[in-house]
Amino acid sequence: MSPTATLGTAGEPAFEQELAGGVLTAAGDPRRLLAAAAPDLATHQRHYGPLPWMGGPGRLIQLLEDAGLTGRGGAGFPSARKLSAVAAGKRAVVVANGAEGEPLSSKDRMLLTRVPHLVLDGLQLVAEATSAAEAYAYVPDDLCGPISMALAERRGIDRITVQLVAAPDAFISGEETAVVSRVSGGAAIPRDKARMVVTAGVRGRPTLVHNVETLAQLALAARGGAAWFRSVGTPAEPGSFLATFSGAVVRPGVYELGYGVPLGQLLGAAGGPSAPLHAVLIGGYHGSWVPYPAAAQVPVSRAGLQPYGASPGAGVIAALPAAMCGLEQTSKILDYLADQSAGQCGPCLNGLPRLAEEFARLVGVPGRQSARGALQEVRRLAGLVEGRGACHHPDGTVRLARSALQTFASDVEAHRGGSCIARGTRGRS
Amino acid sequence: MSMVSARSGAATGVKLHIDWTVCDGRGLCIELLPELLDRDEWGYPVLRTPRGAAVPRELLGAADEAVAACPKRALKLLKR
Repeated sequence: MSPTATLGTAGEPAFEQELAGGVLTAAGDPRRLLAAAAPDLATHQRHYGPLPWMGGPGRLIQLLEDAGLTGRGGAGFPSARKLSAVAAGKRAVVVANGAEGEPLSSKDRMLLTRVPHLVLDGLQLVAEATSAAEAYAYVPDDLCGPISMALAERRGIDRITVQLVAAPDAFISGEETAVVSRVSGGAAIPRDKARMVVTAGVRGRPTLVHNVETLAQLALAARGGAAWFRSVGTPAEPGSFLATFSGAVVRPGVYELGYGVPLGQLLGAAGGPSAPLHAVLIGGYHGSWVPYPAAAQVPVSRAGLQPYGASPGAGVIAALPAAMCGLEQTSKILDYLADQSAGQCGPCLNGLPRLAEEFARLVGVPGRQSARGALQEVRRLAGLVEGRGACHHPDGTVRLARSALQTFASDVEAHRGGSCIARGTRGRS
Repeated sequence: MSMVSARSGAATGVKLHIDWTVCDGRGLCIELLPELLDRDEWGYPVLRTPRGAAVPRELLGAADEAVAACPKRALKLLKR
């Protein structure tokens, strides 16, 4: 399917397409993620070796601190700190979060499908480290069957029984407090952050919610050690991460790469651009547009992307061809995000549709000048909704809108004059 | 410590917190605490101070009243 195939369909998220599903382990190291030939337990154990129990809380926390593992769900919080906060409490709950509501991300699904036992090993290890009383795997409905089979294979290995909880197919269902709400028996919608999840999460208990990739990375670090873990990535941001490539690349798919690789080289993992590019969306629908090829030498890491207000997030890399209008794409994504508001928080419920509406007025109708005042309204509404919700859905949406205004500044000018750079149309003057 | 920071409430360490999942914009807090809260176009409170700023000492009483008046218990004072 060509990346432009869904463009004419109103209301569909931009860029959605079938992934070709190429997999490349970091530096060809067979001890990294996705390297096992089959998802069954016997293959897993033959490939990676047995589950390395740590024998108590301290050792895993120290290992993760030495390894410098951070959360791979998007926020990038140091996993050792989260783990020690939960380990300090009593009757803890641990949750493997595989909800992956981000439409442009496929890596959690890929992990759960191809190496489920790495994720489940990681869950057992954090349960051991926190002396957890309960463990949960929170995965999309259609993966409950395969994960339940994987759990059945592990009888006799697992020290804590893992309960399966189905994650609804919604953008915010993987947000940490939405996970807590769902696992507690409620709806998968975020809750207020006055109480911290690590001290008062699932049914008020200390709770560790880790993205499934974080758990798989942790299971590898427990086997290979901190020095091996740090053999890829940068000293400040060690390790590998799973990147989901989509848009105008030769081989869209999920690839394991080290942090700090320049963006141009990173795109090479997916066969490189399939057309001249205008920009790359990094971090998904809550992410940022980075100009391309201007940013081809920029290292893909938190530090490297910081000047662009971007971060690797959960590893989403979507390439925008020069023939596609970045403002139109952003407008579609904003419509989708406004629609995905849980509807709990007034400023998000009311503000995101207004922001999306004004952004659409800014993009305008081809051949006509964009609406007067739309740019100022987009800026004002972005400032108004920011920081005013139980979760970061408004903030992420604002980040995307602002990055579009910055990266596509000349497109904004063109649209205000009634033309579009991508379409190659000239304004009426 | 300067006179300004001693008076401005940095020392109170108390912050206004709105639980947005329950706030439905009744607006009583905005009337009781206009120095700190404005109303947006949908009726929801907007903090006038930068996020994370402490409640000034002289407004602690009014802030307590606003918290007590909220019919949804959406407004809280968080003490560090």
